[in-house]
Amino acid sequence: MSNESFFYQALVYLATMVVFVPLAKKLNLGSVLGYLLGGIIIGPALLGLIGQSGQDLMHFAEFGVVMMLFLIGMELEPSLLWKLRAPILGLGGLQVVVTAMLIGGLAMACGLPWNQALVIGMILSLSSTAIVLQILTEKGQMGSAAGQSAFSVLLFQDIAVIPMLAIFPLLAPAGTTLTAEETSSLIEHQPAWVKTIVVLGAVLGLVIGGRYIVKPVLHIVARTRLRELFTASALLLVVGIAVLMTLVGLSPALGAFLGGVLLANSEYRHELESDIEPFKGLLLGLFFIGVGATINFDLIENSPWIVAGLVIGIMIVKFIVLAGLGKLFRLSRDQNLLFSFALPQVGEFAFVLFSFSAGAKLLPQQLVDLMMAVVAISMALTPLVMLAYEKWIQPKFEGMSKENEREDDKIDERNAVIIAGFDHFGTVIGRFLRASGVPATVLDLDSDRVDLLRKMGLKVHYGDASRFEMLKSAGAEQAAIIVVAMATPEKNLEVVQAVKKHFPHLRMLVRAVDNADAFDLMNAGVLHIYRETIDTSLRLGTDVLEMLGRRAYQSQRAARMFRRFDEKSLKGLAAFRDDKQYVNAAKERIEELQKIIQADAYTNMMIRDTGWERDNAEERN
Amino acid sequence: MKILILFAHPAFERSRVHARLLKAVRTLPGITLRDLYEEYPDFDVLPKQEQPILEKHDLIILQHPFYWYSGPALLKQWMDLVLEHGWAYGKDGVALQGKYLMQVISTGGNAHAYTAGGHHGHAVCDFLLPYRQTAALCHMDYLPPYIVPGSAHIADEDLARYADGFVQLLQGLSNNTIDLKALMRQPEANMLTGLPGLLPAPPR
Repeated sequence: MSNESFFYQALVYLATMVVFVPLAKKLNLGSVLGYLLGGIIIGPALLGLIGQSGQDLMHFAEFGVVMMLFLIGMELEPSLLWKLRAPILGLGGLQVVVTAMLIGGLAMACGLPWNQALVIGMILSLSSTAIVLQILTEKGQMGSAAGQSAFSVLLFQDIAVIPMLAIFPLLAPAGTTLTAEETSSLIEHQPAWVKTIVVLGAVLGLVIGGRYIVKPVLHIVARTRLRELFTASALLLVVGIAVLMTLVGLSPALGAFLGGVLLANSEYRHELESDIEPFKGLLLGLFFIGVGATINFDLIENSPWIVAGLVIGIMIVKFIVLAGLGKLFRLSRDQNLLFSFALPQVGEFAFVLFSFSAGAKLLPQQLVDLMMAVVAISMALTPLVMLAYEKWIQPKFEGMSKENEREDDKIDERNAVIIAGFDHFGTVIGRFLRASGVPATVLDLDSDRVDLLRKMGLKVHYGDASRFEMLKSAGAEQAAIIVVAMATPEKNLEVVQAVKKHFPHLRMLVRAVDNADAFDLMNAGVLHIYRETIDTSLRLGTDVLEMLGRRAYQSQRAARMFRRFDEKSLKGLAAFRDDKQYVNAAKERIEELQKIIQADAYTNMMIRDTGWERDNAEERN
Repeated sequence: MKILILFAHPAFERSRVHARLLKAVRTLPGITLRDLYEEYPDFDVLPKQEQPILEKHDLIILQHPFYWYSGPALLKQWMDLVLEHGWAYGKDGVALQGKYLMQVISTGGNAHAYTAGGHHGHAVCDFLLPYRQTAALCHMDYLPPYIVPGSAHIADEDLARYADGFVQLLQGLSNNTIDLKALMRQPEANMLTGLPGLLPAPPR
């Protein structure tokens, strides 16, 4: 590749990222879809900007997946693995086994020999860690029950690749593995059992090498205090693992994952993470572009129905298995739907495994080509499926839930106080009021939490407090106060609007996340706004003062004074904000922060505590 | 005698007089010092925590600046909450019976200000009547106060003498070398140390 064409390629790829990802974000499509669309558009099917080099790119971009798995591996401290052992082994294990059996069975029914059917079943049981984690993180769903389940399943799949790679050579029909080929793998010409042993040996070597070689080397490098050298070592580590694994014919991604797990407990973990993270993001983007670019549109054109049938069939089978397992593992209905809609695509490991099986003559090249296209399309469909789920299915579910919301009418409490939203914020309020002998009617939107709290004997009602009927049945007409403490600012605003419209007599005490959120609530006419972290932050600040030897009373007084002042100045800043609506959001934040910090009055107020000024009263001494 | 100093000063970090007094007595043996504003910055006084401490001591000293003819707010809060009916006073309230109560105060004004013709129009002892009567209600004996006057302008060497006098006073009380009957006849404990208080020295 000449210099010129290298720069040309770089130009095309980087421009694709810069153009399509912000565009996709703007359209609320998520970055993954942006990359994929960009890839399709610059690919041979449409603009042809990258011609047939999409395949080369895939080799290069696979490195993004390698890095991602290294990072995932590093996230997995043994303690976390232990905590998630039930969902990982149970949910993840069953998902892989059941899906592999079902799809394998269907493949056999279509006339494939048993070993090919099994291989296809196993490969197709995997989902895309890259896409799903990216999407769930962007939607802020990683902490939810669905997110945790998805993570467990993806993790098991990532691990399951190890035995798959070990088993595949054994499944190859006798004799075929010995056919001469030009590959880089050193053990290509060995019999199957040797390969299995070498694979296991390589994994073992990685474990030992990680402990006794990598850590001491990192220690030496860290002592040079050259940041770029550490970055280089981090990359070297990942590249080294990848090359080693390729030499023994294993997936480099898998090796990187193992390497990551080995370093999860090392003191260099965060350093390595922050060094590799930007490379990962960039290369993963390339990977997604590559997936988009390598979708074989000729194949689709020639046999559209077969491809479409396979994609839809596979995704439906996987969806059914996921939904069934979700139910078995007691995910509530909304969480289970999210979980099942997130995971039915086939994952990036499939590319690796399919080419591996083609190399091992396990599967015919024609079939592999077809499956590659199917995998790419199923991955490209995922963001769209999620979008469709959010647009049409989730709201419908909320509508459906009205039916089984017998609680709507069954709320027999008539309390002066209603609490809307009962996560960690609302819970404290509810507990405090209860301890003070003030009963409150509690509404919450998270069905899992409602179930849990009910089991613990608390009276909590499932329902959306932004709906008129729900508020009415919670006794909003008779109540005097509503505490609005929903999980997101958007939902809070919805409740505020509903209360203002239907129950204007209710006094609203509303949770705000930060200043910007508080401004929005002010604009909505809310008088009593409670910023989540202000009190905690001030309490921490008070403790700092006390640890520095300031008197406890003075520190607490200072904190109270600060808060009073801050709340007053917040109102001033709200007006300031309105005038500058056109200034872009980031600039606005910075200006606001500057204004706050520069406000001399803060410092003066704190240092000149007028209350105890001697001039103030002759008698104070 | 076991001595408990209940110290109440909301702006101790600005204080010169009390900082000096406490520095002098902080390490004396047999004396417990309890800084109320440090203990209860949020005014959430816990009677059940305070009462056993009082029971363990024989002399309770309220040490504070003289604010608005009385003690600082937290001291009043402390009295309101800790001196419970049935414990300190009332039918079975004998927990403090036979103990002594004493005040150690600093005032901004000088001796003349606390006279009928002065700035404040009354003797400082008149303003301390609520404390005297509180002691009486709790079956305690009220000892005359030790007073550091003119706190805003007091010279360092004078302040040092007051601090020494405070040490002598506490040591004498602690070792029972002070004649309490004689002390109680004095209007101010300053008379014992020979330091000027708010009253002119009695004619001898």
